[in-house]
Amino acid sequence: MKSLEVSLRALRDGGRKALVPYFVAGATHDWVRHVQAAALGGADAIEIGIPFSDPMMDGVVIQEAGLRALHAGTTLESVGRDLAVLDTEIPLIAMTYYNIFLHYGLERSAGRLREFGISGAIVPDLSLEESPEWTVACAAQDVATIFLVAPSTPPARVEEVAEHSEGFLYASARMAVTGASSDEGDAARVVANVRDVSDLPTYVGIGITLPEQAARTAMVSDGVIVGSALVKVILDGASAHDVEKFVRSFRDAIDEAPKT
Amino acid sequence: MGVPDERGRFGDFGGRFVPEALMPACLELEDAFRDAWSDPTFVSEYRTTLAQFVGRPTPVTPLPRLSEKLGIQLYAKREDLAHTGSHKINNVVGQTLLTRRMGKTRIIAETGAGQHGVATATGAARLGLACTVFMGEVDTVRQELNVFRMELLGARVVPVTSGSRTLKDAVNEAMREWVTCVADTHYCIGSVMGPHPFPWMVREFQSIIGIEAAAQLSALGAGEPDLVVACVGGGSNAAGIFAGFANTDARLIGVEAAGGAAIASGSPGVLHGMRSMILQDEFGQIEEAHSMSAGLDYPGIGPEHAHLADAGRAEYFSVADEEVLDALSLLSESEGIIPALETAHALAWITREVGTLIPRGATVLLNLSGRGDKDVAQVRQLLAGQS
Repeated sequence: MKSLEVSLRALRDGGRKALVPYFVAGATHDWVRHVQAAALGGADAIEIGIPFSDPMMDGVVIQEAGLRALHAGTTLESVGRDLAVLDTEIPLIAMTYYNIFLHYGLERSAGRLREFGISGAIVPDLSLEESPEWTVACAAQDVATIFLVAPSTPPARVEEVAEHSEGFLYASARMAVTGASSDEGDAARVVANVRDVSDLPTYVGIGITLPEQAARTAMVSDGVIVGSALVKVILDGASAHDVEKFVRSFRDAIDEAPKT
Repeated sequence: MGVPDERGRFGDFGGRFVPEALMPACLELEDAFRDAWSDPTFVSEYRTTLAQFVGRPTPVTPLPRLSEKLGIQLYAKREDLAHTGSHKINNVVGQTLLTRRMGKTRIIAETGAGQHGVATATGAARLGLACTVFMGEVDTVRQELNVFRMELLGARVVPVTSGSRTLKDAVNEAMREWVTCVADTHYCIGSVMGPHPFPWMVREFQSIIGIEAAAQLSALGAGEPDLVVACVGGGSNAAGIFAGFANTDARLIGVEAAGGAAIASGSPGVLHGMRSMILQDEFGQIEEAHSMSAGLDYPGIGPEHAHLADAGRAEYFSVADEEVLDALSLLSESEGIIPALETAHALAWITREVGTLIPRGATVLLNLSGRGDKDVAQVRQLLAGQS
């Protein structure tokens, strides 16, 4: 079992709901300080978005952050250099589109992720069917390959995807690209489909915008991923302290919700 | 032309690189297409619609004055005479009939020059499907009359303001929209690109071009052509005409815009759901294509073309913007046909290569993929700028 999955299973078995904030690497010059602040604010893992020119699964907020990061010259290597000053024990997970890894070389990419201290990777445009080469490259580097299930995924396919996902399973709360929303969407149904066939920790993302919404979603899952809502406050000029407060507001709401 | 393998690959190219939310729809579409394409009732309705609504078969026209000027035997397959003014309608007829057969009530599409958007709006109107077309903001300005045409046909046109605001970004936006509405909406991709089964399905719906042309050339006594030449953005008109000649000795030539030459200047990559040849920088970021022709302004190419290039069965060349206007004027003045700027790329290559890559006396079939009406305002400006 990959190290990431060992940690995340331990977290779940300890009764803690995971809070996973998402950052676009390079969107601001001090983005690593934001990551550090999120760790202080109570994050259990951090998703680090490596910008891509054509982010098919992202809405306007993350598109804008990605464009800023690309204009600032962000690359896979620059992300690694920036991360060298990060001081945290919580797992880091990369999220980017397949062409970034494919162009850099799959084995080389997986190796660099490991060297950067990243223990998992989410590649939203890499279907399970196209993933074997990437999975092999990651296996050699103890990088967990995390897959998504969506509300449209039929139960038989949920089982297949869950079997291949490592670390956790990313459950999309709704049929949408990343962006704001205010309800739990289909989270309960999607997670229930997973629970029928797998005991992999299952985190819900896509549209998690408000602390109370995150808390309700965490009650029916093992954790939540908060992306666009956080990236938006960063684009609006949040300081590291603001980021810490933002993350803590989600942490507190999740921890205060009744245990399930 | 080949049949893709079970992963949707033509050799090393193709496949399905889409978000999980869209995978079930791609799998459903493949099943629906296989089922429909082997159902005589469906094929018959498709053929009947092409005859009664599109006006097929489009003729093959000998071009005697231009042939004499160039010293070759030049023929044109007249897709400009198809309803809506280009080959795009062939694919739309197939996909709209398939949409109805799948029980979906709405269709979305991307468009560059507006030809596919107009064709989709037309096909949707005919079957009573709701229709939304995504078009780069830059292209809505370059092709404003086509925006109005689509609206007249009852479609909603959404200007896309992300990225380079051209065809590539219109595809991204259509994909994002499709994620939100895949249960009742079909994404009618306009070229031989995107995730499996699109590249294969669109080629099948366009293969009527090549099938007709082969028979028509024979009937004209021209026999088998030495070369078959078509312009390539994503590559649907080229795939359609190549399909009729892949099993002959004809050289198959695809002509890209120099600023969007995915075969000549690109490298293997993944974009818009497919592995193909893509224009990208050293970090794998997609580069913007630059062409005077909105329909060729695309940094990728259909995966089957990447495979045909790899296998040596088809050859791909590029021409620069400045060669294209001359070719457009030449065909207009010598044969009375104003071609689309996209099509003029293919003719520009022919005029450039006679006596070099094209032996004198050769029989050459040009796929005249679209008419130039949509481009006359732009051409007028460009010609005024030259003088």
